[in-house]
Amino acid sequence: MATPGDAVSVEEQIARWRSYLGRRQAIHSVDVAELEDHLREQIAVLADAGLAPDEAFLVAVKRMGKLDDLSREFAREHSERLWKQLVVVPSDSGEARARARTDAVVVFCLAVAVAVFIKVPALFGIQWDQEAGFYFYARNLSLFVLPLLTGYFAWKRRLDTKTLRWLAVAFVAAGVFANVYPFGPGGYTEALTALHLPIALWLVVGIAYAGGRWSQVGGRMDFIRFSGELFIYYVLIALGGAVLLAFMRMIFQAIGIDIEPFFQSWLLPCGAVGAVMVASWLVEAKQSVIENMAPVLTRLFSPLFAAVLVVFLGTSLWTGRGVDIEREVLIAFDLLLVVVLGLLLYSVSARDPQSPPGVFDVVQVVLVVSALLADAVALWAIAARITEFGFTPNRVAALGENVILLVNLAWSAVLYIRFLRGRGSFTGLERWQTNYLPVYAVWAAIVVIVFPPVFGYV
Amino acid sequence: MEINKDLIAASSTPIVLAILAEEDSYGYAIIKRVRELSGGRMEWTDGMLYPVLHRLERLGHIEARWEVAESGRSRKYYRITPGGRAQLAEERRQWQAVDSTLRGIWQALFLPVPASHPASAAQLPQGA
Repeated sequence: MATPGDAVSVEEQIARWRSYLGRRQAIHSVDVAELEDHLREQIAVLADAGLAPDEAFLVAVKRMGKLDDLSREFAREHSERLWKQLVVVPSDSGEARARARTDAVVVFCLAVAVAVFIKVPALFGIQWDQEAGFYFYARNLSLFVLPLLTGYFAWKRRLDTKTLRWLAVAFVAAGVFANVYPFGPGGYTEALTALHLPIALWLVVGIAYAGGRWSQVGGRMDFIRFSGELFIYYVLIALGGAVLLAFMRMIFQAIGIDIEPFFQSWLLPCGAVGAVMVASWLVEAKQSVIENMAPVLTRLFSPLFAAVLVVFLGTSLWTGRGVDIEREVLIAFDLLLVVVLGLLLYSVSARDPQSPPGVFDVVQVVLVVSALLADAVALWAIAARITEFGFTPNRVAALGENVILLVNLAWSAVLYIRFLRGRGSFTGLERWQTNYLPVYAVWAAIVVIVFPPVFGYV
Repeated sequence: MEINKDLIAASSTPIVLAILAEEDSYGYAIIKRVRELSGGRMEWTDGMLYPVLHRLERLGHIEARWEVAESGRSRKYYRITPGGRAQLAEERRQWQAVDSTLRGIWQALFLPVPASHPASAAQLPQGA
């Protein structure tokens, strides 16, 4: 008969076997339970026949078949299990289910609230498809959506009242600065405010998103990941919405009803802001379940962008063509740097800091350095003629952004090269990128707060 | 003796359905019953039974329920459904056709049928 010592060791062995089995993606925990019942019965029968418990265990496991074969058979029967599915409300364990359901209800309510909120100005006769209303909406759009999104994360992360107060102050201040300045009709500074206010306020969302972890590199990195996924989900939802709309228009046209006015004044604004809430919630729910998309796109496009930039530099050197200075060229190069920064950021966000330098890291460095050189060429050309063009608010804002991005990428390149040469750790680059986040927000805030009075509200 | 893998795979559906037509059962007992019926000639790898059971469940031929066995462990029992019985009858017709074909050709060949020919193992479910 089994001595207690043997019994313990067999139990341990069964536990180990169970954990091996449980790691297979195609074999779910209910299947493991079923197979374990089988194994235990087999062991009991063999032990009755006179085998020692550990021998019985070995024989029983052997009869069960090889793990690889077993998991292949399970995968063949349950092929859907190899595809990760997003289950927003889990079907098992009661507490998690209840929490997920509350979350879903809260998000649904917030999405409805934000959709109602965006239409409130209509009560006061402000329509976004009329000129005056359009400028009002352009300046305040982020103020309709982001406070509620911040509220969602504040609720989810259980922020303390002190932080909440600061976040509220930031939104109130943003509301004041967006609306008190006497902007000239169709002025540049007004357009700049509309563009930069969301950037500044996105940091406020980030502080709420990170909960108490904003001061840590990890917390800010999570927010970067969240932002990238949110963008991708939002674009996907928008594409779906466009398809839905196309069908709506088509079938209603068939019965002679034009839905265009309804679409313009209700469906588009309400859907666009509600989708922000829904996309945020989906990203929150999926974060550990489904592969992040942003790093996948980064992997695809980093080499391509690097190749394009290298060819561009080579061609301009070979032909001796300088950058043709047009009014928009600075903005084009700003956008290029933003894209390169995005590629760098999302490859950093997905990289295991412990793994040694690889080919992809070299590609990243080539990408960053070639972007810097291309930008330097453009800046050189602009610097020569900047006084001639004059300092308009747009040009100063674009120049400021260019400098901010240039500094970030230049130092990133230094850190990355140090890492490639084994002189520094990858975490240094991570820390640099996450520490830099407030700089964008501060610059955006400066553009919103300082530029209009300095440039006379033109 | 070794029975060809394809034959085992092909015969698993009628065998499992027939055993469950006798009475509700669970994995270990099904394997045991197969061993008894075949006199030890059909050796299934134990684990491989479960994907078969899950497939039959998905097809609606059998249904599963969890019960607490006398040992205190919970155990998954399977029961044949009316659809499963119809499938069993269909399988039986097909296997009988294969069996009678083979029988005819064995006789025509005047081949002495060895005691443990694969064809005899394949008949097992019909006997059940």
